[in-house]
Amino acid sequence: MVTVGLIDYGMGNMHSVTKALEKAGSQVVHVHTPEALMQMDRIVLPGVGAFRDCMAVLQEKGLDEAILERIQAGMPFLGICLGMQVLMQSSMEFGFYQGLKVIPGAVKPFPETHPERGFKIPHMGWNDVLLGANHDHPVLSTLQGQQVYYVHSYVCVPDQSEHILAACSYGDHPFACAIGHDNVLGVQFHPEKSQQAGLNMLKAFIDWRI
Amino acid sequence: MPLSKRIIPCLDIAHGRVVKGVQFVDIIDAGDPVEAAIRYDQQGADELCFLDIRATHENRDTLYHVVSDVAENVFMPLTVGGGIKELSDIENLLHAGADKVSINTAAIFNPQLVKDAALRFGSSTIVVAIDAKRVADHWECFTHGGRKETGLNAVDWAKKMADDGAGEILLTSMDADGTKEGYDLALTATVAETISANVIASGGVGTLQHLADGLLLGKADAVLAASIFHFNEHTIAEAKAYLAKQGICVRQK
Repeated sequence: MVTVGLIDYGMGNMHSVTKALEKAGSQVVHVHTPEALMQMDRIVLPGVGAFRDCMAVLQEKGLDEAILERIQAGMPFLGICLGMQVLMQSSMEFGFYQGLKVIPGAVKPFPETHPERGFKIPHMGWNDVLLGANHDHPVLSTLQGQQVYYVHSYVCVPDQSEHILAACSYGDHPFACAIGHDNVLGVQFHPEKSQQAGLNMLKAFIDWRI
Repeated sequence: MPLSKRIIPCLDIAHGRVVKGVQFVDIIDAGDPVEAAIRYDQQGADELCFLDIRATHENRDTLYHVVSDVAENVFMPLTVGGGIKELSDIENLLHAGADKVSINTAAIFNPQLVKDAALRFGSSTIVVAIDAKRVADHWECFTHGGRKETGLNAVDWAKKMADDGAGEILLTSMDADGTKEGYDLALTATVAETISANVIASGGVGTLQHLADGLLLGKADAVLAASIFHFNEHTIAEAKAYLAKQGICVRQK
């Protein structure tokens, strides 16, 4: 059975992600140290909370370097929501903070809210995953034609369009809902909260052979 | 397709069981919360809302067990309310597997709570429930199931709660609740147009058209209903098919 190392930085929604990954067919280990990460087959970085706090904990535990090393070594990595956003170079959430710098670009807020147009922040609810040219991505292809659950106020803005694997549109604002390259995948939505569609995606991640 | 409007079945919980009742009287046992959650999951509900109507300090552990059991069996957003008084209550519910918590009375008696909770857990985690009743030419907030007046203007209060960081307002009309004559559309639309947070319409649903009205005329982001789904008058799937025919964007399973 594939063992997924779920990074525990003390603020993520560990419970939901753990149960969903188990349901999708993997063994889940909560990882707190760089050493533990070496034993894993897959890495998942879940996300709830603030960018700054997440990066601070990862750095304090030495997990930032360990994650980068594992990604370099070719291990499949999935970042969810905030776990996707920390893949970027930097974030403008509550200041300016450096990320893991796996994907060039920044995390930025949605443009101003427009309540009169029904454009509210956070972007919360079920919305699309538009795959475009990446319809055959081994993990994301499971989401073709499905809606998934989003909750976020900030978006990833990669410098290079090749790092955008899927897009979603909120109000009239299109944004990257999946980013990555090679063995790295980050998704803005919550597969662990997206019912069967989300479980199917997690299963594909567990089965992902690079 | 754009962002879908959400259909949220609401389950009243007492002592770890689903209960059905009218206006808090004649409450009868209506089964196991996990079974109910699985049934709604299969029907394509977009979220679930659990309200502990008998929340007391002594039975908190029972509620945490229910939340934990449900979260292990269904993989969709789960809002839990009832008896939340302090940050540690929120933390415990989130830890048990809730995604959002609904704060009602405590938000009124401790206005700092919502601010602190939004900062600590994020706006998207914090739902403020408002029970509003028409008084003369406006609406006022009530507590204790609509029995106690607070003197707070409901629309102003909704705005303040959104400004303090509530991600959603669960807006129940005490006038409409239990009537099966539809949401208070004027109340819903007034709040939805005033605040930048999401609005969940609640109270009064008797037909599928009422759900459509809440979204189209009430301008709500989501609609909550209990009895029409509970008593198997309609399934969520029927509701979605009905709304889709009226051009409302809903997620089809």
